[in-house]
This record gives sequence, C-alpha cells and structure tokens, in this order.
Amino acid sequence: MTAGTASILPAPEAPGPKSGATGWKVHAIVWPVLALMLLLLFNLLFTPGFFSIEVRGGRLFGSLIDILNRGTPVLVLSMGMTLVIATGGIDLSVGAVMALAGATAACLISRPEDSPLHLFDVHGSLPLVLLISLAVALLAGVFNGILVAGLRVQPIVATLILMVAGRGAAQLITNGQIPSFEHPGFEFIGGGFLLGLPFPFTIAVAIVLLMLLLVRGTALGLLVEAVGNNPIAARLTGINAAALKLTCYVVSALLAGVAGLIVTSDIKAADVSNTGQYLELDAILAAAIGGTALAGGRFSLLGSAVGALVIQTLTTTILARGVAPELTLVIKALVVIALCLFQSAKARELAFRLVARRAQ
Amino acid sequence: MTLATVPQPSLGRSLIPSRQKLPLLATCMVLLVLYVTACLRYRQPAFFNLQVAINLLGDNAFLGIAAIGLTFVIILGGIDLSVGAVIGCSSMFIAKMVEEHAWHPAAAIAVALLSGTCLGLLHGLLIHLFALPAFLVTLGGLFFCRGLGLLISRESIAISHPIYVSLSSWSISLPFHSSLPVVAIMFVLLLVLATIAAAYTPLGRYVYAIGGNEQSALLMGLPVARTKVIVYAFSGACAALAGVAATIFMSSGNALTGAGLELDAIAAVVVGGTLLSGGVGGPIGTFIGILIFGVIQSAIAFEGSLSSWWARIAVGGLLLVFILLQKLLQPRDHQT
Repeated sequence: MTAGTASILPAPEAPGPKSGATGWKVHAIVWPVLALMLLLLFNLLFTPGFFSIEVRGGRLFGSLIDILNRGTPVLVLSMGMTLVIATGGIDLSVGAVMALAGATAACLISRPEDSPLHLFDVHGSLPLVLLISLAVALLAGVFNGILVAGLRVQPIVATLILMVAGRGAAQLITNGQIPSFEHPGFEFIGGGFLLGLPFPFTIAVAIVLLMLLLVRGTALGLLVEAVGNNPIAARLTGINAAALKLTCYVVSALLAGVAGLIVTSDIKAADVSNTGQYLELDAILAAAIGGTALAGGRFSLLGSAVGALVIQTLTTTILARGVAPELTLVIKALVVIALCLFQSAKARELAFRLVARRAQ
Repeated sequence: MTLATVPQPSLGRSLIPSRQKLPLLATCMVLLVLYVTACLRYRQPAFFNLQVAINLLGDNAFLGIAAIGLTFVIILGGIDLSVGAVIGCSSMFIAKMVEEHAWHPAAAIAVALLSGTCLGLLHGLLIHLFALPAFLVTLGGLFFCRGLGLLISRESIAISHPIYVSLSSWSISLPFHSSLPVVAIMFVLLLVLATIAAAYTPLGRYVYAIGGNEQSALLMGLPVARTKVIVYAFSGACAALAGVAATIFMSSGNALTGAGLELDAIAAVVVGGTLLSGGVGGPIGTFIGILIFGVIQSAIAFEGSLSSWWARIAVGGLLLVFILLQKLLQPRDHQT
C-alpha cells in the first residue's frame, strides 16, 4: 500500500523518521550527491590520475570524461524509468526496446539481404533512420501503455512481455546476425565530440533539461506524483490517470530508443543479444539511488541523473583501479544493498536505536 | 503494488473455485493443443514419442526446479530475480571444487545447496526486517552471484569425476525404448514435494494467506516474518539445486549458465496461472508452464528451418494471452 491518503502534494524531504527521535530533514538529492562525492573523494585519494583530463586533437579524454560518456545510456533510461516508477509502475522492457531501436537503425543503414527491413530503402538519410527507429520504440511504449493504463495489467507483468519478446523481435529484424555499418552521420551520435565533450553527454544533458522543463516546469510532475501516491484520490480530483500513465510509458520507451541508438552508434553494429542487457536493472537502480520511491508517488529526475552517474563512477573506479572486472558485479551488489539499507526508514531507525543504546 | 486482489467471499462459494482454477484449466488446454498440433505436424521423426515427451522434462529440468522455488515467492507476492545467477554460480562452484580441488561431489553439492539457502535466507531477512523492496534486494543477489561465478572462473569447466559421469548417464529404463534421466527425476520429486507442501501443510496455507493480504495475515496471527524468510530461503535452495541439475545435465560448470533464466522462470510461472500480485497459483501450474515452454522449443527444433528467437516471441505472445485471460477472469478490482 502506498502511504498517504490525502496528501497529493510532493514531499520534498527525505524519507525517514518524520519527527521522531532525530527529526532531521534533508533534501532527497543529498544522498546520491553524497554517494557520488564519496566515490570521487576515494578516487582523489587512492586512484592516481583519475582526475587528469587530456586534450587530444580538441577532444577531452580521461576517467571523468569516460564516466560522462559511458554513463549516458543509463542516464537517459533513468529519466523515463523515474517517471514510470513515480506513477507506481515499472518498465522492464527498456533494455529490449534499446535492442529493437538499435536493430532497426542498423538494418535501415546497412540493409542486410536477409533482414525484413531490406525492402525499405531510406538512402542512408539520417533523419529517416532516426525517425523510423524511434517510431519503433514509440510503438513499444504504446503497447506497454495500453496494457498498463488501458487494460490495467500489473506493470511488472505487462512490461515483462516485451522484455521477453522484444529481443526476439529484434533478432527477427536482424535475422540473428550482428549487422555492422558505416555511416558518418549516425556514428557521430554515439562516438562524436561536441565542444571537446562526447556527443552522447550533450544528448543526455539536453534530455535531462528538457525533462526537467516538461515535468517540473509544468504541473505534469505534480499530476504524476498524485497518480503514484493515491490513484483513487487522483481520479476523484479529475486527473486522467490512464492518459498520464500511457504518456509516461511512451516517454520511457522513446528514451530507451534514444539510448539504443547511442549504444548502436557507438559500437557501429547492432548486437541484439547484448545491447541493453541488464540496463533496465541499472536504470531502476539509478532511480532508487536518486531517492525515487519504488512504490511510486515521489520522484526526483535530478536524483536519478546523479544516481546514474554514481553507478558509472563505481564501474569506472573499479576499472581504473585494475581490479578484476568480474568484481564490478560483486561490488555493485554490495552497493545496492547498502544503498537500500541507507534509504530504508526502518534500517535507520534501528541504527539510531543501537547508537542511542550505546550512548546511554 | 497498491491493492491486493482479494477474491470476493460473498459471491457464492461455488463460483470462486472455478474462477481460480480457470487459468490453470486454460493452461492445460494450451499445452494439449500445442502438443497435439506438434504431434500431428511432425511425423518423421515422430513428435509423438515417449522419449520426446520425457525430454521435455529433462531438457528444462533446471529451469523447472528454479521455477518451482520462484512460484512460492510469487504466490507470497514477492519476486526473486537472483535464481538465474545462483544457478550459474553454484554450477561453477561445484565444477571448480570437484575438478580442481578434488572435493567429493557430494561435499561440493552440499556446500552449494547450503550457500544457496543462506543467500535466500539473507534475501528474506533483508526484505522483511528492513522493509526493502524484494526487487532491489534480489537484484543485488543477481549481481553478486553472477560476479562471484565469473570470479571463480570465466571459462566453463568440464566435470570428469567418475561419480558425476555415472550420474549424468544413469537413467531409469521405461517402455518404448525410453529412459528417465536423473535431472527429470529430481524435477518430478521436487514437484511432488512442493505440491504437497503448498496444499497440505500449514506453511503452504500461510504463503497463500500472506500473498492474498499481508495485513490480514498479520492480524490473524500468522507467522508472517518466519514464512517470508523460509520462502525466500526455499527459492535460494531450489536455485542452487537447479545449479546441481545443470552440472549433471551438461557435465560441466559455467558461470553464464542461466543468464536471463529468471525471465523464463517468471514467464513459466505466470503462464502456469500464478498471479504476480500474489495469493493465487501453485507448483502444478508452473510444471505445465514449463512443459508448454518445452513443447514450443522442441517444436521449433523439429521444424528445423525456424530460428530459435521465435521461441522468445512465442513465449511473449503466450504471456500476453494469459495475462489478458487472467484479467478477464479476475473479479473487478477497485483500483482507479
């Protein structure tokens, strides 16, 4: 059950003991920023060269730039995921939608003979490639949205369908191959540099700003929170919850399409079975780290963005320190649990009680 | 999520069991239709053959064993994403210990089962004590086990220990030149045990009660905490057992065994008529879900020209049909 029957106003304070023993209220974004700072501080102290940035041919290189570049797909995904989670749902299909959009783009450009997309000839036109690939992602979002908002299927089940079938459909498009391509315009999306910074990062910043403007600049965010907090109350106040939810799933799938295009453009091929593998989990994790309540009703887009950066910083840190890459997963697991505990009101209460008992 | 769907008690008792059993009945019908269609379509070599039917069991035994554990978690209203990773990790562990550290297979299997149970126990404790979302906690378990498995070894390790070789080749002879392999026996035994536990033990009834409405279960004085922890531990144990079955089935250990298997397992459970909102379902349904999975895969193998990804699309389509069917059968929920 989601808490709060009357309050549909956003709760800006951190989840935690409301007034009880300690009574501190901190803005929710403090926690992910703190985590990011701690990680960076660790690197400042123990990882030599982590903060060095080189300029090579007008482009910036270095671990920090790498974080911004590699963190983009999860960052973009987490924006849509945050909205979906805020409505009380979840979107498991984003990884598969990434693969779908990537496969569509790659097949439109390289036109392998055994692909069903061979019949379409867009003559390498970049706008058409982007438009068609994103339209495929949009369709996926509409499918999810209709199931969740129209037919009221549980979100986790509804999006599971595409998560299972989406990759199959993507393999259908590529006919099981890994089509590679050459297209300078399309390759710029994932591999280009703008003003010395990797272009994917520019895309990510643009998306975050656009989403903030759309969601927090208008009443949309408030409505989403209302629906997530208490769907019945939201309906009684005259909010069209179904349309709102549908929109959120479509946005999530569209952003997944963008992320898929970035990844595909970066590796210059559509590796259907690996593109976006487990990224849906990373996106959910980013939202959770950022202070978005998984039960819905409270969200922070900026928090999710910072959360995505935390995940990537962690990965890059491990790689930069030369630790076996397999250990990344183990450390990630421990961080997930630690963060969960950190954000759990119950765990904090328990910790305070322990500290208080010791102090007596 | 928000409101648990509770069967309406006032609507006449005779109607409700049939409503709850309809999804299972529909699942059985789908299995029958698929199987008969496959038998009619593939005559040479014949699909209608006892060994082909048994292979449906044997080939999907480790998926099935994991899915049975998962069924209870889902009836409880939770989720366990770690099963696939636990399979990979435990199979890797067994292979490494038996082959490179000269452990007795029994010892390696025992340690693997124990570790799986402990991991599940930990999941349950974290989820219950700190009210953490099951999704995130078991996601942590997924990352942890996948990483641990890869840390043990990136390469797959073949197992050549004599006991293992005889285990994987041993089978019960049946009529019509067919035989029942060890993994299929493990699957069926676990299924029988799980069915009995679900239907005839207090623990089984607690699981259904908590899945139906945790608040009510708590108010009724049922041991909610204990039941939850036991169910997650059972799921961990089943996943580890599935890892054991995987090593017997493939005579090797591989850290990437069971990658993405959690999805197939969840799909099999849902197709088997278990509601992801909790409270309704059972191991028998999951068993039939697994068989449907197996028939689709075998049919695609018999077809020859169809590619393997059609299996995923077919499973996705089936999921859609079943979810819509469940939606039709469910009493109207009051959400929005």
